[in-house]
Amino acid sequence: MLRKLSALLVVALATAVSLYSQGNLLINGAGATFPYPVYSKWFDEYHKAHGNAQINYQSVGSGAGIKQVTEGTVDFGASDGPMNDEQLKAYADKHGSPILHFPTVLGAVVPTYNIPGVSATINFTPEALAGIFLGRVTKWNDPIIASANKGVNLPAKDIVVIHRSEGSGTTYIWTDYLSKVSDDWKNKVGKGTSINWPVGLGGKGSEGLTGLVKQTPNSFGYVELTYAAQNNIPYGAVKNSSGTFVKADLASVSAAAAGVKDMPADFRVSITNGSGKNAYPISSFTWLLIPSKFSDAGKGAAMKEFLKWSLGDGQGLVEALSYAKLPKDVVSKELKAIGQIQ
Amino acid sequence: MAATTTTVHSAGPVTGSRSFLDRLRDGDELARLITFVFAAATVLITVLLVFELWTGSVLPRHKFGLDFFLTRVWDPNSGDFGALPFIYGTLVTAAVSLIIAVPLGIGAAIFLAELAPARVSDTLQFFIDLLAAVPSVIYGLLGVFIIVPMMREYIQPALNNTLGFIPLFTGPAYGIGFLTAGIVLAIMVIPYIISVSREVLLSVPRDQREAALALGSTRWESTWKVVVPFARTGIMGSIFLALARALGETMAVTMVIGNTPNISASLFSPGYSIAAVIADQFTEATGDLYLQSLIELGLVLFLLTFILNGLARILIVATSQRSGGGH
Repeated sequence: MLRKLSALLVVALATAVSLYSQGNLLINGAGATFPYPVYSKWFDEYHKAHGNAQINYQSVGSGAGIKQVTEGTVDFGASDGPMNDEQLKAYADKHGSPILHFPTVLGAVVPTYNIPGVSATINFTPEALAGIFLGRVTKWNDPIIASANKGVNLPAKDIVVIHRSEGSGTTYIWTDYLSKVSDDWKNKVGKGTSINWPVGLGGKGSEGLTGLVKQTPNSFGYVELTYAAQNNIPYGAVKNSSGTFVKADLASVSAAAAGVKDMPADFRVSITNGSGKNAYPISSFTWLLIPSKFSDAGKGAAMKEFLKWSLGDGQGLVEALSYAKLPKDVVSKELKAIGQIQ
Repeated sequence: MAATTTTVHSAGPVTGSRSFLDRLRDGDELARLITFVFAAATVLITVLLVFELWTGSVLPRHKFGLDFFLTRVWDPNSGDFGALPFIYGTLVTAAVSLIIAVPLGIGAAIFLAELAPARVSDTLQFFIDLLAAVPSVIYGLLGVFIIVPMMREYIQPALNNTLGFIPLFTGPAYGIGFLTAGIVLAIMVIPYIISVSREVLLSVPRDQREAALALGSTRWESTWKVVVPFARTGIMGSIFLALARALGETMAVTMVIGNTPNISASLFSPGYSIAAVIADQFTEATGDLYLQSLIELGLVLFLLTFILNGLARILIVATSQRSGGGH
């Protein structure tokens, strides 16, 4: 009797669970770690506002995100750097329809340093940044750095360069900027999530890098603005293409995006070293990679609804997490582009 | 005629005079079959692992061939990959860790097995077992927050001042690097050496010690000249166990080695190990050649471990044959 009862209970439970999960639409995505805090907040808030769709996001890294959405193991991807033509072609070949890029928020990469005895904000010119990372500028009191920092007592000590050891979108943005401002860097090293660094020690993750910078005197590294802001890490100002030394904050990052003259239709644009008097030069979009054709119509419709929400209510949540909002004309272009999703 | 027949089966191998099904109905044959499947499964898993590593690294094997082992460049952008810095880093950190851990570990094991009172020995063994159970990430944190500053502020400058004429101890003191990674690995690996060596030393028969003492040797002489050589193969086994852990250790190493594909004579210089680079770069590896080069590095590490374990086996067999009485 008891055995029959417990068997019945198990069957009832199983039916209930399967009915419940059929009512909820589950969409899976994977990709960049940089926007993970804002995405997880968005997916949570969206689920509370529109109960039917549950979006699950794994921050496995931009490269893995691109790979998985191409393979089809996840419904959408996310990346800090846009997919290149080769990757776009690979996706289109495999699925028969293109994949679309939708910028979601703006981020920036800031130079961080630890010079004992110096608490002022240090100004960096593009030449100084490229020179330091190429290994040409080796001491803090080198004229290239000192000339932009009159009045700051820079020591005659060796600069300990620290970079990210693993592949990272932050590295992509940083090296994209360096490639634009330095032909030497572009020819010798190039841009990428993972590159052959001429000099420097590797720290694992933003935590590893900033930990090393904090511990090592006379060190110099780069980190996301959101991480620096949330963890109170001092960082320097960078000279933009208009000649102004700009310290990164939400306003200057948004200004970098507003300065884009011709936004391409597929939104794959680099905004580093952009124009704009107050634009911060090392800024970047981060993108959601959405298939243009969903095999499941329900998922397609849910993704469209979510994108519309993220461009509206969602944008209101980002500044609290230290991400910059998208400029208005980019938002309106994206709302039109959502129509391409089937 | 009895209503029931009882047959007594021997424990030895069953001859073919009865059918397989008959033999299967005995517990013995079934047990033999099941345990054989389990044992075969481990061999099968190893073979599958090597197979997957081999087929997963097709592109770089065809593109680079044996040059992969000789190139020092690791450039994802230009598609040029070489394993030499990582092999160097793996071997150097493992060597440093063993140089530190083996004397300390064996010394501690001798103390615990031979010279300490039983209660002290058991209590200390408890703590050593705890050390062995600590996850490697914790050792990484210990390395980053305690050992790296200590190295940078005190130990590296001191070594540079006293032994700076040796190329091993030259260069700027960052705190991270081969030496620090070797020290962290040594801390992780000592518990293995102590535990196994202590067990082996304790299992040396009392007659051996008593015979030595009866012949007039001192306590230390009997320990060092009779007991330890008797337990030699077991101690060597513990050293190779430690080496296996040191070769494959990932998290603790990547936090303190500096993650720079560098080959340098100086132990203060930052470097990279195979396990560290795979863990770091695997998720963001874009492009097939990059990904497969990392898989080929995995194959290289497997080969390295395989070769060193093979050498261990040979060494153990050779010395046990020579000593003629070891375990």
